[in-house]
Amino acid sequence: MGSYIPSTPEEQKEMLSTAGFDSIDGLFSQIPESVRLNRPLDLPHGLSEMEVRRKMSGIAAENKVFPIIFRGAGAYRHYIPAAVTRITSNETFLTAYTPYQAEISQGILQSIFEYQTMICELTGMDVSNASVYDGANAAAEAAAMCRNRGRTAVYVSAAAHPDTIRTIRTYAFGAGAEVHLIPAPDGVTDAGALREQIAGDKTAACFYLQQPNYFGTIEDAQALGEIAHTAGAKFVMGCNPISLAILKTPAEYGADIAVGEGQPLGMPLGFGGPYLGFMACKKDLMRRLPGRIVGQTSDAAGNRAFVLTLQAREQHIRREKALSNICSNEALCALIASVYLSVMGPEGLKAAARQCYSKAHYAAQRIGSVKGFELKNQAEFFHEFVTACPNTKRTLAKLERHGILGGLPLPEGGLLWCTTEQNTKEEIDRLAGLLEEEEQK
Amino acid sequence: MKLIFEKSRAGRGCSILPACDVPEAALPEALARKLPLRLPQLSENDLSRHYSALARRSFGVNDGFYPLGSCTMKYSPKIDEEIAALPGFTEIHPLQPAHTAQGCLKVLHFAEKFLCELTGMNEISFQPAAGAHGEYTGLLLIKAWHRSRGDEKRVKIIVPDSAHGTNPASAAMAGFTIVNIPSGPDGCVDLKALQNAVGDDTAGLMLTNPNTLGLFDKNILEITRIVHEAGGLCFYDGANLNAVIGKARPGDMGFDVMHLNLHKTFSTPHGGGGPGGAAVGCKAALAPFLPVPRVSERDGAFVLDYDRPQSIGSVKSFYGNFLIVVRALTYLLTLGREGLPQVAENAVLNANYLMALLKKRYRAAYDIPCMHEFVLSLQDLKQSCGVTAMDVAKAMQDRGMHPPTMYFPQIVHEALMIEPTETESKETLDQAAESLLDLYDLAHTEPAALHRAPEHTVIGRPDEVQAARHPVVKYRYD
Amino acid sequence: MNLPEELRYTKSHEWVKDQPDGSVKIGLTDFAQKELSDIVFVNLPQKGDPAQAEESLADVESVKAVSDIYSPVTGIVQAVNEELLDTPELLNETPYESWIVQIGEISHTEELLTAEEYKKFLSAQEGD
Repeated sequence: MGSYIPSTPEEQKEMLSTAGFDSIDGLFSQIPESVRLNRPLDLPHGLSEMEVRRKMSGIAAENKVFPIIFRGAGAYRHYIPAAVTRITSNETFLTAYTPYQAEISQGILQSIFEYQTMICELTGMDVSNASVYDGANAAAEAAAMCRNRGRTAVYVSAAAHPDTIRTIRTYAFGAGAEVHLIPAPDGVTDAGALREQIAGDKTAACFYLQQPNYFGTIEDAQALGEIAHTAGAKFVMGCNPISLAILKTPAEYGADIAVGEGQPLGMPLGFGGPYLGFMACKKDLMRRLPGRIVGQTSDAAGNRAFVLTLQAREQHIRREKALSNICSNEALCALIASVYLSVMGPEGLKAAARQCYSKAHYAAQRIGSVKGFELKNQAEFFHEFVTACPNTKRTLAKLERHGILGGLPLPEGGLLWCTTEQNTKEEIDRLAGLLEEEEQK
Repeated sequence: MKLIFEKSRAGRGCSILPACDVPEAALPEALARKLPLRLPQLSENDLSRHYSALARRSFGVNDGFYPLGSCTMKYSPKIDEEIAALPGFTEIHPLQPAHTAQGCLKVLHFAEKFLCELTGMNEISFQPAAGAHGEYTGLLLIKAWHRSRGDEKRVKIIVPDSAHGTNPASAAMAGFTIVNIPSGPDGCVDLKALQNAVGDDTAGLMLTNPNTLGLFDKNILEITRIVHEAGGLCFYDGANLNAVIGKARPGDMGFDVMHLNLHKTFSTPHGGGGPGGAAVGCKAALAPFLPVPRVSERDGAFVLDYDRPQSIGSVKSFYGNFLIVVRALTYLLTLGREGLPQVAENAVLNANYLMALLKKRYRAAYDIPCMHEFVLSLQDLKQSCGVTAMDVAKAMQDRGMHPPTMYFPQIVHEALMIEPTETESKETLDQAAESLLDLYDLAHTEPAALHRAPEHTVIGRPDEVQAARHPVVKYRYD
Repeated sequence: MNLPEELRYTKSHEWVKDQPDGSVKIGLTDFAQKELSDIVFVNLPQKGDPAQAEESLADVESVKAVSDIYSPVTGIVQAVNEELLDTPELLNETPYESWIVQIGEISHTEELLTAEEYKKFLSAQEGD
């Protein structure tokens, strides 16, 4: 018998007999002959654990692990404290199911309640859910939250992450809703264009702004949010959770809903997932939030108790009338984020954010002073910025040879760079040096 | 137990980062956060203890029997965790150039090939992050397909009344109207009802087979034929694949598109409610509509292909829950050609064995052999002793087991849906049966004991009415 | 069972009370609130929303279920009982004093039952 299946042939015989079957085959008599797969699977033979480890390690070795990364664009290499990885590897956290049975799931429920609290702290909002799939999905779900009584159209800044824009469009296809893209010439959302397009549009449900935006720039969210509100639309802000330690929060900008990608909060790059979509909103939108929400209550003896609440919003009760179909979410990733925020604490998180900011400005100055690599950002930026680049292919190939993943080449030309607290001064200086070398050729 | 915020003390913390080694740049006041940032301040020791305490107040597959119907709470192999933690996978940026991420692309490619063989589908995308997400994606494929043929009047999706709530919810999100058809007295699709429901406004049917009652619908080829004849497509909800893996394939049952749950059939851990992973698979005709990017081979190497003009777009960023796919592939390689059919064999055997033991007292909702799960109806217990499915479930908690799924599917009164999975031993099943049979007797001799349950847990039954009427959803600092 | 004589009733367990200005107020019967058990939230329509006879106008949530409230008339929503937003339990405690929606500009009324007819209807249901 292969791993994981305990039953021996003798035990199988006993069980078959008790259940009233002659053979294993008999168990599948419900399946009509015409539908049965009457051949062995065309797959390799199973492997022992040692062989599997060798094989998968071999595949992993075909990837290049860059020791130095200067690329973000939606996935960020922050320092992950050891306590985060160890604590969240606990076997119970790993193998527990959704906490529907409150009495034996108080630990999971409390951890989600704590997570919700921390997301509200970061964003300044009143209510958070227990997570959705990722930042792009959160943006699309936020747009759905805003669809009400004839208001269905989504206005999106073109300076949002391309994956977010694409996801919002796909979800709008499902809902049969319009998407209007507001241009962002020079990497800053055009307020004039937003005003022109959204004013008087009685079908406008919301305006989505990414802050900082895809190009790293910190937008004039106050002004843009006001334009949305004047048009009767809601203001949805997609934000970077690390930046919120020092940057003005969505609440302070007057946003109705704050969403974002939680990956920077302790999750590895992992080639894109699993990541974490956080969603938080003002109190009056609470019952339109999708996904699970944990609430505090008590039991008959007066003990404080946590429980999944407001379940009548969800698919298992409302079915086709539910606002969202979400069932499983990113629970373990939400736990990772809570542990990360607790390990870093307010001072640690502020320090990480400040270092991201300072190193980006140092790097922008060093890179920007190399001929051909002028800084393109027209306004303040957080930890990402765009520079020109005479030949992105050549530059990136050279950096790769030195173990550096350079900025992301943009379709319109130039490179989108990112620094986090992990990039040392030495690395930044070395990067600038290599670019100098290249330019001198 | 205190909340982490109640354990926080100003000035405590962990020392994680070095001092900044570049000149500090000053953030303009106008852009700065003015709200306080109140996050926990604890030493690492206290933090570690806090989470250990939380873990002790939770229950995982690692702690005991977890027979949740429709969830397939099978054992999650430890080797999967080790492989998913390899730096060669965790340290890879999703936007690294393809030639530096061939290993990752290979994982996606191999997993796709494996699962295509298992399901009879032609192409698979791993972008959806969970079952409901996979359902939604599959439904968008159906929508896009009809649109591409100029067929805009197909707005209805047919769903049996035994369907999981995510099915109609996903269909509504995809812009469809839902047509519920009643199940027949045998628990399966009523063919006449289906025939009456289809028409030229039918976009498709969503079905899981075996269904949520654990019964394999033997009319499946007729069902998919009826829908196809009416011009609709058939979507397979793969939540119950554990019953038929290696024995039958949705692609051979007439399904055009499907989703799989990596966190069910393919052993990836449930994490307290996620992250999951869904594979959405389809026949060739629907492949052009799959989300971007696709993993393809070009000049002997793997690339990410965004040039798919008919694609529905994306349902999230990047390529899906990649590290979950790594775990699933590790599991698939471990089990292989012989091991995978054995999963279904033992899953179905364990379910029938447990059902046979329980039938000494309990009433099976459908008194026929089941597949990988079965449903008990405790209606008779409720009527004779006033003890409900809820009471029995809560009493199971006191006996060290996670209760089964309660009150689902909705077509059975006082339902308990039980799925043991193949990774449980005979003793575990015997013990579970003994406890449940005990409870049945206790319901007759001392029903009050079950109404009081659970008594050995850290809290008793919580006041859910108060929680819903007056929601308190975060800690109040003031 | 509590069944005020002056009200009229629907088969979907709403009560209907005529107002002096020709509009009607609707609520849930004692039978309905018992079936729903503890009501935790009411999703109300807005003033000005159209109401269509025999179609869902609002819904009522308990912890584990949602139930539609069907409009007995076609008209326009004139007012909603906002007190229910903070105190949904009023529907359980005083079902006949807790109106939910007031509808005016009525163009069509479905067939309504008297207290006696509704009582008969309930006993017939129980017999099933």
